[in-house]
Amino acid sequence: MRFSFTPEQDEFRTTLRRALEARSPTKEVRRLMATEAGFEREGWKRLNQELGLTAIHIPEAYGGQGFGFSELGIVLEEMGRGLLCAPYLSTTALGTTAILNAGTDEQKRALLPSIASGDVTATLAFAEESGSNEPSAVTMTAAPSGGTFRLDGAKSFVLDGHTSDLIVVLARRAGSKGEDGLSLFTVQGDAPGLTRRALKTMDETRKLAHLTFRSVEAKLLGKEGAAAAPFAKTMQQALICLANEMVGSAERLREDALAYVKMRMQFGRSIASFQTTKNKAADMLVDVELAKSAAYYAAAAIDEGDEDLPALASLAKASAADASVQTAIHAVQMHGGIGFTWDNDTHLWFKRAKSSEILFGDANEHREKMMQHWTH
Amino acid sequence: MSEQTEESVRSEVRTWLEANWNPDYGLVEWRNKLVDSGWGAPHWPKQWHGRDLPVKFNSIVDEEFARVGAVGVARAGIRTLAAATILDHGTDLHKEKFLRRILTGEDTWCQLFSEPGSGSDMAGAVTRADRQGNKWVINGQKVWTTSAHKAHWGLLLARANWDATKHKGLAYFILDMKQPGVQVHPLKQMNGHASFNQVFFTDAIVEPELLVSDVGDGWTVATTTLMHERRGADALRSWATASDRKGRIYEEERAEVATTMEPYKWYPQRAGRVDLVMERAKATGKISDPVIRQEIAKLLIMSKSAEWTARRARAAQEHGRPQGPEGSLGKLVSSHVARQAARVHTYISGADALLSGADSPMDGVIAEILVSVPASSIAGGTDEIQRNIISERVLKMPKEPSVDTNKPFKDVPRNIVSS
Repeated sequence: MRFSFTPEQDEFRTTLRRALEARSPTKEVRRLMATEAGFEREGWKRLNQELGLTAIHIPEAYGGQGFGFSELGIVLEEMGRGLLCAPYLSTTALGTTAILNAGTDEQKRALLPSIASGDVTATLAFAEESGSNEPSAVTMTAAPSGGTFRLDGAKSFVLDGHTSDLIVVLARRAGSKGEDGLSLFTVQGDAPGLTRRALKTMDETRKLAHLTFRSVEAKLLGKEGAAAAPFAKTMQQALICLANEMVGSAERLREDALAYVKMRMQFGRSIASFQTTKNKAADMLVDVELAKSAAYYAAAAIDEGDEDLPALASLAKASAADASVQTAIHAVQMHGGIGFTWDNDTHLWFKRAKSSEILFGDANEHREKMMQHWTH
Repeated sequence: MSEQTEESVRSEVRTWLEANWNPDYGLVEWRNKLVDSGWGAPHWPKQWHGRDLPVKFNSIVDEEFARVGAVGVARAGIRTLAAATILDHGTDLHKEKFLRRILTGEDTWCQLFSEPGSGSDMAGAVTRADRQGNKWVINGQKVWTTSAHKAHWGLLLARANWDATKHKGLAYFILDMKQPGVQVHPLKQMNGHASFNQVFFTDAIVEPELLVSDVGDGWTVATTTLMHERRGADALRSWATASDRKGRIYEEERAEVATTMEPYKWYPQRAGRVDLVMERAKATGKISDPVIRQEIAKLLIMSKSAEWTARRARAAQEHGRPQGPEGSLGKLVSSHVARQAARVHTYISGADALLSGADSPMDGVIAEILVSVPASSIAGGTDEIQRNIISERVLKMPKEPSVDTNKPFKDVPRNIVSS
C-alpha cells in the first residue's frame, strides 16, 4: 500500500509511539547520548523484546515476524520522532538486511534468530577512511585461510560499530578492482585482532566507530566475489529505512516549533499570528508531507519488488535530506535565542537532521544516482 | 418509492436512450429532450430537470451515454457554477428562467467577483448596487472575468450597504450582460493571450427579482459559488475532449467545447510542462550537464512527491478516513513545481530561451511556459493566501489581528481605482 496504511499498521504505530514516549523522554536521550556506547543493553533488550522490534522484517522461518519494509519504516519513523538511543538502524536496516540479501539459507538460520530475539546487535561496515559509500572505494582485503578468511585494513563511519556483537564487513580479494572481487563477511565484535574506537560525533545520538582489522578471522557471507549486487540492494533498502526515520524526526521538529510559536508572546500578541511565522510553518508542512509521501512510497516499493527501487531509494533519501535540514533550520529560527541553547531540545533533532543528511550519501549524490537510473 | 440500485439505474437509462437517442437531432433540440427526461442532470431535483438520484449514479449514466455516443447537457464553463448557485440559493423564478437554458447550452455565463481593488480580499468589493425606484443600478468595475465577452448572464457580487461591515454589505445578483450599461474589454496578459476580460458598469440595470441573496447575505452565496469552483476545477480539465464522431450534433458539440475551452489553451504551459523536460534535455544534449541534472532531479522529486501526496489524500478519502494535512497542500505545491519546471526549461534551452513563437523551441511552447508560469502562484488563490489557509485551518495558528472587519465598510481604507 503505497498511499495509505492499514488500520493494523496505524494501531501498531500508536502503540509504538506511546511506548517510545514513555521510554525515551529527552532527559533519557541526553543521558544515553553522553555515554560512549550510546545505549543501555538491558533497557534496549527489554523494550525490543516487548515489541519485537528487531524481528519486524525477518521472515518467520528465521525467527522473525515476517513483516515488510513498510512496517520497518513505521518503527524507524517513530524512532526518529522519539530519537530513541538504540542500535536499531544499524541492526535492522544494515546488518539484518545484508544477511537477508547475501546470506545462504543456512547462514540465515544461524544468524537471524538471535538478532530477532534481541540477543545480538549487528551492523554493516562498508565505508573506509575516505567516507565514500561506493563499493569500488573498498580497499580492505580478505584472504582465504583454511575454511575461513582473514581481513586486513580499516573501516570507518561504522554505525554502532564499537558496540555491535556481529559486524558484516565488505572486503575484496587482493588485486581486484571496482565492483569485482567483493565479498561480504561476518566478524564477531570481540574477534582477536579487531580494534574498535568510538568516533566523536557531531550528532551524539548517532554513534560511529573506526575499526582496525589485523588478520581478523571472518566467515564468508554468501558467495565469494559476488557481493556487489546484494550490497547495492542492501544500501537501497537502508536508504529507504533512513528516509523513514528522517521524516519522523522532521515531523517532530515541525510540531515542536509550531507548539512553541503558539505559546510565545511578543509585541503583545502570539508570534504564531505573524504572517511571517505562519508562512514558514506552512512551508515546513509542505516539505515534511512531500518527504513523507516519498518515504512511504519507497518503503512499499521494496515490499512490492518495484524495479525502480534504485531510483526510488535515492529519491526518498534526497527528499528527506533537504526537507529535514530545512525544517531543522526553520525550527531553530522559530525558537529564536532559546533555540540556540543546549538546554532546549531543538538541537538534538537539528543535529540528527544534519547527520542523517550525510549518512549513506547526501542529496546531491542521490539526485545524481536517481538521474543515472532514469536516463540510462 | 423503491430503492434505486446501480443495475436499475443502468437499465433505466439504457432503455430510455434506446428509445430516444438519435444523432440526427440538433444539439439544443436533443438537450431539451434530456432536460424533459431528467437524464441530463440526474442528481438534480425532479422538479428542476433532474431525477433526484444520488450523485454516485452519475458515472453509471455517463457510461451509458458514452456507450451509445449520446451527447450530454452543457457541462463546462461558469454555467455550472451558476446552476449550482441557483439550485442552492435561487428563487423558483430564477430556476424557471435559467436552469433549462444552462443545460441546453443556449446561455453562457460569467462570474463577476474580482475587482482591480480586491483580488485576494474579494469581500472588499466596491462595485456599487444602488436601489433607484424599482431597480438596482450598478456602477463599478470587475476583472479577470473569463468569457465575459460571450456571456449572456453574469453572477455579480456588489456592495449594497456601505454602513454595514465588509462581509455584511454585499448583495448577489444575476446581471443581464447584453445591455448598454455593461462594457467588456479583453485583458491582455503578459503571455500575450487574452483569456480574461475587464467589465465596466455604467448605470447597468438589474431587475429587482434578479437579486439572489438578501442584501447582506451576498458573501454567503458567493462562498457557495467559490466552493463549487474549487470542486469543479478538476472536472473542467478532464472535460475538454469532445467526441470525434461524425454528424451534425457532434459538430455542434465540438464547436461548443472549442469555444468554452479557448481561454484555457495555455493552462498546461502555466503548470510548467514537466512532461517535456526529459525529452528536451535529451534533444539538446543538456542531459549530460551535471548542474542541469541536479535541477531536473529536484523537479522530478518535487513533482512525483506532489503526485504521491495527492494520492495519499485521495486514499484517505476513499477509505472514509479524515484527510490529513496532505489534502490542503496541492495548490501551493503545484506552483512550486511550475516554477522549478520553468527554471529547468530555461537551463535546458539556453540561448533559445531568448526567443518566442516560431523561432523558439517546439514552435513557441517552451517560450509560452516561461511567461505563463507566473500565473500559477496567483490565479485561484495566491501562494500567500494558500499559506494562510494552511496555517490557519490545518495548523490552527491564529489569524492576524483584523483592521477591517468590525467597522462600517465606508470607513475602511481602500484602493483608489484608476480607470
